[in-house]
Amino acid sequence: MRLVKQLVLTYVLFFAVAIRANTITVCPTCPISSVQEGVKAAADFDTLRIKKGTYKEFNIVVDKPLVIIGENYPVIDGEDQGEIITIVSDNVTIDGLFIINVGTSYTADYAAIRVVKSQHFLIQNVVLEKLFFGIYLEKSKNGKVYHNKIIGDAVEEFNSGNGIQLWYCQNIEVTQNIVQHVRDGIYLEFSDNITIENNTSTNNVRYGLHFMFSNDDVYTNNVFENNGAGVAVMFSKKIKMHNNIFKKNWGTASFGLLLKEINDAEIFGNTFEENTIGINIEGSNRVEYKGNDFLNNGWAVKVRGACYTNVFKNNNFMYNSFDLSYNSKLNDNVFEYNYWSSYTGYDLDKNGIGDVPYRPVKLFSYIVNRTPETIVLLRSLFMDIIDFSEKVSPVFTPDNLMDVRPLMKKWND
Amino acid sequence: MLKILKYSFYDLMRSRWSYVYFIFYLILGFVLLFLNHDLSKAVITLMNIIIVLVPLIGTIFGVMYFYNSKEFTELLLAQPIKRSTIFLGQYFGVASSLTLSLVLGLGIPFVLYGLFMSDAIWDFSLLLITGAFLTFIFTGLAFNIALSNENKIKGFGYAVLLWLFMAVIYDGLFLLSLIVFEEYPLDSFSLAATMLNPIDLSRTLILLKLDISALLGYTGAVFKKFFGTNFGLIVSIIVLVVWTWIPIWRLSYKSKRKDF
Repeated sequence: MRLVKQLVLTYVLFFAVAIRANTITVCPTCPISSVQEGVKAAADFDTLRIKKGTYKEFNIVVDKPLVIIGENYPVIDGEDQGEIITIVSDNVTIDGLFIINVGTSYTADYAAIRVVKSQHFLIQNVVLEKLFFGIYLEKSKNGKVYHNKIIGDAVEEFNSGNGIQLWYCQNIEVTQNIVQHVRDGIYLEFSDNITIENNTSTNNVRYGLHFMFSNDDVYTNNVFENNGAGVAVMFSKKIKMHNNIFKKNWGTASFGLLLKEINDAEIFGNTFEENTIGINIEGSNRVEYKGNDFLNNGWAVKVRGACYTNVFKNNNFMYNSFDLSYNSKLNDNVFEYNYWSSYTGYDLDKNGIGDVPYRPVKLFSYIVNRTPETIVLLRSLFMDIIDFSEKVSPVFTPDNLMDVRPLMKKWND
Repeated sequence: MLKILKYSFYDLMRSRWSYVYFIFYLILGFVLLFLNHDLSKAVITLMNIIIVLVPLIGTIFGVMYFYNSKEFTELLLAQPIKRSTIFLGQYFGVASSLTLSLVLGLGIPFVLYGLFMSDAIWDFSLLLITGAFLTFIFTGLAFNIALSNENKIKGFGYAVLLWLFMAVIYDGLFLLSLIVFEEYPLDSFSLAATMLNPIDLSRTLILLKLDISALLGYTGAVFKKFFGTNFGLIVSIIVLVVWTWIPIWRLSYKSKRKDF
């Protein structure tokens, strides 16, 4: 009975608010001709409808719960003056705006939309161009950033900002966004329980996605392509990375995915294609790599040391110049049931598992690790010959570093 | 000289071997492009083959031709013709027919697959140019070996050894010295060592033009800074020309003084 009462009460309250909520229309020829005036005129929980047109405004502070909806993408032009929209209230929705010309500053991080210490916000269908920072979430919780398009024109790292930045945030969903040509596509710092899904982050100057000190985050089904340095995940715990595509991060200092000081992560079902280094691992422990595809990379996996009890299982390593590079003799990482395209063993009992172990570290890769200058002998006949002889009778490469049960056929084929 | 060149050239053109060589490259080109439509990737695979096979075939073919046409050479020597003319004519005949087989054999399939419309054209022409240089260099070296050795077996032995040294052993020594002296800055040393061997020089020149050069990392950056500039390219071409010129010079010098 009490429950019903409560329900009815909420219902009534909700309607009361809904009835009270007015719609305010903003258009260049209306009595209210700017977004700023609109926000001032509105009461809590009102809806602001912004008609098509160009509004030259900046420093719009949204300090009450509002729904701001743009019709046919009205343009808000900051004229490079500074920050454009700052949200400092809970329950704000921003939908369908086209924001351009955010000011560039070397002392303040001007953003197109900034959310400060707020909850339950929703930013969707927004298009940002010519920006410094795009969507900047600061100490906020329980919000959504959905289906936005951020197209920057960053050329250098020092004078450009990030597409979507989360700083001390919790429980936020970042889904179906497109981020291009900014410094870091999506940047997380001190942010926990964040879901990053179905985003496309391409052609960024530095990283497609960048994690720092952020724990318990999930990112799935994202595409990271042709970014300056790929994706970097650093100093974070319990990150889940599922079904992402890391592609064409090609350059002398590029990689698909960089892991540094990452513990207890899951890396499942991702595709690493045509990267100089597929995954670069440093100081990462208890990470599980399962069902990933490594295709046509320079190095599929480069292990830089201090990596213990990692498991590589059911991955496909195909046509990489080097499958694995390893810089120590000690190994307690497990490789099993992977498919290696350069495996030449046989399977007499036809159980799908090769009878001879596969050694993923080539002698050349071992030598290059010791003396990096020797890489100039890449593709030399001599190297092919010694690689072959090492394969037949291993002497130099760590003898327990091998896949004891290599698959004969591609996993999941 | 032109007459002898023409004679040697047509003689080889009529012979089965240059057809075999031509058809080998033709088939290779077509198969590569059939399996992999990407022209620039085919260039990488071709590079692997060219830097190993072209010197080998140049060496073997040069030695073989020299010994085979010995009687004819002696006949010519009896005529009032300059010695250097005879030998240089034969040399250029052999080298240019081999180069022609290489260029046509690889060129035809690539042109048919749309080379002129692709970005790979510069890489491909660089590949053919270095291929031609390698043919000229190694045929010249082979002629020198054959001229200095009356004994055919010895001559063949030295020729194969020369190829083995340039293609394999040199890199081994190079690698060894890199590892032994790893404490020292090795950039200039590895640049010099690469320049001194025409096979390594060709390999590096082509590699740096391709995407795969990103794998070379820091050392690659040093190399790219050198070879990537016009100065570096001119220096490498000069080195290749010197490599071609030395055997030719020695050939004409030795042939003048040799007793037949």
